[in-house]
Amino acid sequence: MLSLVWTIPLWPLLGFLLNGFFGRRWGKNTAGLIGCATVLISFLVSVGAFSALLSIPERRFITAPFDWITVGNFHVPFSFMLDPLSAVMILVVSGVGFLIHVYSVGYMGHDPDQPRYFSFLNLFVFFMLTLVLADNFLVMYIGWEGVGLCSYLLIGFWFRRPSAAAAGMKAFVVNRIGDLGFSLAIFLIFWNFGTVTFSEVFERAPGIAAASGGLLTAIGLLLFMGATGKSAQIPLYVWLPDAMEGPTPVSALIHAATMVTAGVYMVARCSVLFSLAPVTLLVVAIIGGATAIFAASMALVQNDIKKVLAYSTISQLGYMFLALGVGAFAAGIFHLMTHAFFKALLFLGAGSVIHAMSNEQDLRRMGGLKHAMPVTYWTFLIAALAIAGVPPLAGFVSKDEILWQSFSSPIGSWLLWLVATITALLTAFYMFRLVFLAFHGEKRYSGDVHPHESPASMARPLMVLGVLSVIGGWIGWPKILGGGSWFEHFLAPVFEHAEKILPAREAGHSLGLEYGLMAVSIAVGLIGIGWAYKWYVKSPEAPERIRVRFTGIYNLLLNKYWVDEIYDAVIVRPLIGASRFVYRRFDLEVVDGAANGIARLAQSLAAVGVSTSTGRFRLGAVTFAIGCVVALGWVVYMFMRVSG
Amino acid sequence: MNALPVPLGNYIILSGILFSLGVIGVLTARNAIVILMSIELMLNAANLLLVVFARVHGDLGGQVMVFFVLTVAAAEAAVGLAILVAVFRLKGSVDVDRLNILKG
Repeated sequence: MLSLVWTIPLWPLLGFLLNGFFGRRWGKNTAGLIGCATVLISFLVSVGAFSALLSIPERRFITAPFDWITVGNFHVPFSFMLDPLSAVMILVVSGVGFLIHVYSVGYMGHDPDQPRYFSFLNLFVFFMLTLVLADNFLVMYIGWEGVGLCSYLLIGFWFRRPSAAAAGMKAFVVNRIGDLGFSLAIFLIFWNFGTVTFSEVFERAPGIAAASGGLLTAIGLLLFMGATGKSAQIPLYVWLPDAMEGPTPVSALIHAATMVTAGVYMVARCSVLFSLAPVTLLVVAIIGGATAIFAASMALVQNDIKKVLAYSTISQLGYMFLALGVGAFAAGIFHLMTHAFFKALLFLGAGSVIHAMSNEQDLRRMGGLKHAMPVTYWTFLIAALAIAGVPPLAGFVSKDEILWQSFSSPIGSWLLWLVATITALLTAFYMFRLVFLAFHGEKRYSGDVHPHESPASMARPLMVLGVLSVIGGWIGWPKILGGGSWFEHFLAPVFEHAEKILPAREAGHSLGLEYGLMAVSIAVGLIGIGWAYKWYVKSPEAPERIRVRFTGIYNLLLNKYWVDEIYDAVIVRPLIGASRFVYRRFDLEVVDGAANGIARLAQSLAAVGVSTSTGRFRLGAVTFAIGCVVALGWVVYMFMRVSG
Repeated sequence: MNALPVPLGNYIILSGILFSLGVIGVLTARNAIVILMSIELMLNAANLLLVVFARVHGDLGGQVMVFFVLTVAAAEAAVGLAILVAVFRLKGSVDVDRLNILKG
C-alpha cells in the first residue's frame, strides 16, 4: 500500500476536476456520488498506508512522484512523507472528511449549486492532504495556501448574500497576514539552511542554533505567525466567527475539524525548531492559553448556535497550542484528533437543527427539540459531554492529558494549568447552556416551524461520529488509569528529537498529584454542566437576573470585547484611507498621467507620419525607385572614395 | 575563371537593360498585371547576373540562389494575382491609378 501513498491526495483532485467540468451536465446526484466516492477511496488508501506503516520499523516512508523545481543548487522534489504524525492527519482528514461529504448530500439536497459545492469541497480535501503529507516546506505551503483559497470559496459559497461574501474576504485577508509570516519563515529557512526538506532542516537546526540562536527564534515566531492566522489564535482569530456564514458542513470540515488545525500540525511538525528556541515555545503556550480562555468567555453569551461553536473551536485550538507550548506535542495532536471527532459532530448536529428549523440559528427561538429530533439530540449530547471532559469520552482523555502536561512539564507552570482549568469550566458551561437552550425547556419557535429528524444521509454520519467521540480517546488511555498511552508511543518517533532538546522530564511528581489533578479536571467539567443546568433548566429567570446585574461585563462579552471594532478603527480604516489617497494622487495622476502622456505623444507623432501615406500607387512606386537610386548612388560613391 | 562564350560586359549590359525595362514598366504601366510582369523581369535580370557570375567564379552558390529567387517569384506571382482577382471583384478594374484605399 505504501507505493500508493502518492495517490491519496489525487483522488479528491480527480473529483474536483470531474465535478468542476462536468458537474452541471451530470446533475447533482452524480456530483454528490463523485464527491463522496473519491474521498472514500482516499480514506481506504490511507487506512492501507497506515497499516503498512505499522509494519516498517523506522516508521517513515518518503516518496517523490516527481521533481518540482531544480534551479542551480535549489532542488525541491514534490515529495510526500508518511510518518506517524502525517498518518494520523490523513486518517482524520479523509475519514471525517468522508462523513461530512455524506452529510452534505442531505444538507445541501435542495441547493441547485451542488456540483460547485462538491468540487470545492473535494479541492479542499486535496489541498489539506497535500499539506499534511508534504515532505518539505514548499509543498506544505501549496497545501497551506490551497486550503485558504478553498476556505474563502466555501465561506462565500452563497455569494449572493453580501455578509457571506464579506466574511469570505475577511477570512482570506486575515489568513494572508499570517501567511506572510509563514512565507518569510520559509525564505529564512532556505537562506540559512540551503534546503527546505523537513528532515535536512531539522538535522542542521542544532548546528544553526548553536551559531545563532536569534535566527531560530525569528523563524519560530514567523512560523507561529502563520499558525495564528490559519488556526485562529490571538490576534488573528477574528475571521473564524464570521466564517460561520458558509454552509454548516463546511464549518464542520474546514473551520472545526481540519483546516484550522493546520497551524497546530505545522508547529508540531517543526517541533525541533521550536524546541531549540525556548522563547518561541513560551510564546506558543501563552498565546494558546490566552486564546483558550478569551474565546471561551465570548462563547458564554453568544445566541447564534454556530457562533457558540465557533468560539468554542478557537478556544479548543488554544488548548492544542498550549499543549505544544509546554512541549507536550503528542498531547496536542491527540486533542486535535479527538476534537475533530466531537467538534465535527457538534457542527453537524447544529446543522441538523438549523436544517430542521428552516434556517433558524438563534438559540432564543429554539427549545424543546429533544423529542422532535432524538438522533440529533443524543449524538449532540455525547459530543457535548466529550468536550466538557466527562470520562470516559474522548475529550476527557485528551483534555486531561493537556491539563496534566501544562502543570507537570518542566516548561509548564501552575498558571497555565489554572487558565486551562478555568477554560474547561467555561467550556462545560457554555456547551450545556447550548444543549439546554436548544433541546430542553419550552418551545420558543413560532407555530409554523415544524422541526423534524434529518434524513438518513445526515443522521448516519452523526451516529458514526458519536461512536468515535466516545471511543476515539481510548487509544490514548492514560497509564494511571490502566491504559497504555498507545497514541503517545505511536507518535514518539516524530517527536523524539524535540524531546531530547527540551529539559528532561523529572519523575518527581507523585501519583497522588496526578490523580488529584485528574479529579479536579473531572470536577470542573461536572460543575460547569451543573451550573448550566441550574441556570437554564431549574430557574430560567436566573440568566436574566445576572445579565441585569452585570450589564457591563455582559455587553463586553456580547460585543466580543469590541475587538472587531478596534481592528476596524486602528487598522482597516486607516489602511483603506491611505490606499484611497494613494489611488487618487499617485495612481490616477502620476502613473495614469505618464501612461496617457506617452500615448498622446505617440499619437501626435503619428499624425505627422500619416500625411505621407497618400494611398496613391504610382507616387509610392516613383518615390521608392528614386530612393533606391539615391541609396545605390551613395553606396557607389562611398565605395569609390574608399577604393580610390 | 571559366571561359564565357560571350564577353562578360555584354551580360552585364543585357541585365542592366532588362532591369531598366522592368523599372520603367512598373513606373509607367497602369494595368496591375503589366506591373507584376515587370517585377518578374527585374527579378530575372538579377537571376541572369547570378548565373553568369556563378559560372565566372566556378561557385554553384549563385545558381542555387537563382532557384530560391524563382521559388519566391512563383509565390509572389500567386499571391499577387490572387490579390488582383480580389481587387478586380471589388473595383471592377485593375487600374492602379484607381486604387487609393491604402490612404492613411
